[in-house]
Amino acid sequence: MPVPILKQGHYLVASIQDALSDGEVLELQENLLKQIGEFRARGIIVDVAAMDVIDSFASRSLRTVALTTRLRGAEMVIVGIQPDVAFAMVRFGLYMDDINTALDLEEGLEFLDRWIAERADADEG
Amino acid sequence: MRDEVLVAIASDADVVLARQTGRSMATQLGLSRSEATLLATAISEVARNIVEYVGDGQILLCIVNLNGMEGVKVVATDSGPGIENVEKALQDYQSSGGRLGLGLPGARRLMDEFHMISEVGEGTTVTMTKWKGSRGG
Repeated sequence: MPVPILKQGHYLVASIQDALSDGEVLELQENLLKQIGEFRARGIIVDVAAMDVIDSFASRSLRTVALTTRLRGAEMVIVGIQPDVAFAMVRFGLYMDDINTALDLEEGLEFLDRWIAERADADEG
Repeated sequence: MRDEVLVAIASDADVVLARQTGRSMATQLGLSRSEATLLATAISEVARNIVEYVGDGQILLCIVNLNGMEGVKVVATDSGPGIENVEKALQDYQSSGGRLGLGLPGARRLMDEFHMISEVGEGTTVTMTKWKGSRGG
């Protein structure tokens, strides 16, 4: 089942519902990158709370979407990394230093609102 | 609870099945959520290696009991081309194929025990164990 991507204002929200196979991760990656252009999205939120595991493949794929999104002039934030998953990622040595993360959907939305506001300020100044 | 489950690995769906089976065995044995996730992540990496580099193989998951310790042992086997330099494959950023070689060294850091043997032309076997209540969760 493909990951549902909802449009919320200027943002796209991808809410992962279940464990994802590599194929499904790649499909999500492709759909998100396509929809940024289609909907002229300013930001993307990927909710990974339902992901059982974030291994090297999943983290590399998420990072690719985040960096590609940035090149398209938008910004992405990953929300909902579970505590045990975060712990395993650190143990593993998977770093996402240049990627935005937030606790949950609400904080993710706040982050993107702030990001857009700061960019508007910079444009004016 | 079954003490032993064999998962045939041939596709990315099997990777998910193997790690979910491992997690459920760990949870039933009483491993913590963190321990179960470390195990599931390591299984995901070795299973993906089979699909990506060899095509198919199998993963045997079993409950082990040693000197009063309980844990889940994973034996991942394939009959692929094998790896010439196992030590090198276990070093960060050194795996074949020009990819970032994070998978095996990462998996080794997640588990309490990790052994890999490989014979060129014969295949590769990774054996790894996660103990219940192990140091560092």
